Amino acid sequence: MNTNDDKLIIGGHEFQSRFILGSGKYSLNLIEAVVKDAGAEMITLAVRRANTKEHENILDYIPEGVTLIPNTSGARNAEEAVRIARLARELGCGDFIKVEIMRDTKYLLPDNEETIKATKILADEGFIVLPYMYPDLNVARDLVEAGAAAIMPLASPIGSNKGLATKEFIQILIHEIDLPIIVDAGIGAPSQACEAMEMGAAAIMANTALATAGDLPLMASAFKDAIAAGRKAYLSGLGRVLVRGASASDPLTGFLRD
Amino acid sequence: MEQQENQFLIDSEFLTPKALAKKHELETNPESRVNHMEYLPGMENIHSDICGKVMSEMEEYDYEQYTAKDVRAALQHDVCTIDDFKALLSPAAQPFLEEMAQKARMETRKHFGNNVYIFTPLYIANYCENYCVYCGFNCYNHIHRMKLNREQIEHEMKVIADSGMEEILILTGESRAQSSVEYIGEACKLARKYFKNVGIEIYPINSDEYRYLHECGVDYVTVFQETYDTDKYETLHLMGHKRIWPYRFDAQERALMGGMRGVAFSALLGLSNFRKDALATGLHAYYIQRKYPHAEISLSCPRLRPIINNDKIHPLDVHETQLCQIICAYRIFLPFAGITVSSRESASFRNGIVKIAATKVSAGVSTGIGDHENKYTGKENKVEAGDEQFEIEDGRNIQSMYKDIEDEGLQPVLNDYLYV
Repeated sequence: MNTNDDKLIIGGHEFQSRFILGSGKYSLNLIEAVVKDAGAEMITLAVRRANTKEHENILDYIPEGVTLIPNTSGARNAEEAVRIARLARELGCGDFIKVEIMRDTKYLLPDNEETIKATKILADEGFIVLPYMYPDLNVARDLVEAGAAAIMPLASPIGSNKGLATKEFIQILIHEIDLPIIVDAGIGAPSQACEAMEMGAAAIMANTALATAGDLPLMASAFKDAIAAGRKAYLSGLGRVLVRGASASDPLTGFLRD
Repeated sequence: MEQQENQFLIDSEFLTPKALAKKHELETNPESRVNHMEYLPGMENIHSDICGKVMSEMEEYDYEQYTAKDVRAALQHDVCTIDDFKALLSPAAQPFLEEMAQKARMETRKHFGNNVYIFTPLYIANYCENYCVYCGFNCYNHIHRMKLNREQIEHEMKVIADSGMEEILILTGESRAQSSVEYIGEACKLARKYFKNVGIEIYPINSDEYRYLHECGVDYVTVFQETYDTDKYETLHLMGHKRIWPYRFDAQERALMGGMRGVAFSALLGLSNFRKDALATGLHAYYIQRKYPHAEISLSCPRLRPIINNDKIHPLDVHETQLCQIICAYRIFLPFAGITVSSRESASFRNGIVKIAATKVSAGVSTGIGDHENKYTGKENKVEAGDEQFEIEDGRNIQSMYKDIEDEGLQPVLNDYLYV
């Protein structure tokens, strides 16, 4: 299979790369190198960080051609998220919006209920909405219904680098939801990103894993390779894992006569 | 060597005999002072459960009982328990300072990346109705008093905003009579024009007054408890509404009830036993966050400083090593909390601590009134200025602070906030 034809499509936009970068936890002057070495085509940024005077505007550091995904971090409910999203549009950040709604400053876990509300309002206003959520199948279905363009379940708490703590639940979303499932938050190492991609995740979003690395651009490149490898493995169809007793020479169905 | 206790009591030659007599009476006769644990008329009592929790933990804290084994265990735990926090604040943790710093640094990076926020305080008035013996603004200290009018406030704000600053903390002396809530509210409305992020550090007020200031554009409230040792507090805050310790304790909670987004906590290190005060500060923040999970929490870590007319005030046994230990313990216990280190500390300490745990520093600081233009531009305008609250140590302006943070491999951030 020619993997060049394997595109990620979100809200009608096509992407070759399946690695979405965060931008808020490392030096602005590294963004360009990280984007390049990650081969990334999408980068998230906090609207609250972009809403600044000219002195150190993060927008100035994002290379051309990269799709901006502004996020609503800081929003504590749907109403605040909607206001922040509208401001993102005014600031010229495009139509993508990653909805992040938290009313817990300790673990930054998303509020699924408010996220559904905000997704509905913003999708109706023409935004391409990417909701960050706690992986719950019922909520994911409601988000589809509300008009989300992709679903972004968390792997583990933001910033924890703990990997796929919610693996089984993300797997269910991948099986049952017809939108791209982008694994967000908690992915701490390329191996974890690879595993999520092997499971069938559409893309990986990472920020802290890079920010806490010794050499950020090098780690970005490691993630790029791991994500590509995981995607190829998924597309190729993972081989079976031999389990003791599972491959008996006398088949259980040997008694069938026709 | 045991350091000398601070000699706080200074008599000004400018006081009238009557004022002097009252001052001496307050200092020498505890019976002449009001009950510091009893609310005054007009003070809202929210009957919170948090004070009891903090005080019982602090009272039973015996820091001498912790050993190296407890500290090692605390450093290995994924989540820092209250008992781990106690171990990290104990004398047994001091030999582990480097390990604490390493762990603190990792927690800081996970939650804040390499961002370091820059802000500046703006004092708009230094009138004060309280007699707090260690403070330069205390009502018996002979200093030049001043209160900026609307035009002067706006002028100060313009000068500060022109320097590139986007976050401001508005301060007053603690005088309702001179600096009413409405006066402060007007200053905050002006600040919203010039800055993205407005905080206040003023006298504690009722929740409806916090709501009013929130509507004026404020989202962050800082209240220093000074010391959580109520007996010691009584001997340092001899007169005025600030003397009422429990009303002050519940200020952050009232601020959150009034719709504020974030609250900051602090003990003034050097006033009393610093280990107990640091424990209480951390727990105060911890219990508030548990009760109000959406609240943004931050901690300040000031040490006592010299003031006008008393240049000998010092932070007793809280040396830089102890301060570093406290800040690392705060970070490990509350990895998500902002930590502010003020210009009371030296440039070298602040450069070092932002690499470990601090996430916010002030720059271009004046603790006086109405002197920003002179201090920022070097112009010797013959403007009237009010005297400072305390002496600062780190006089860097925003540009040199920005550059120094960058040179440490960190990212200075002037704004990461939206008023919604």
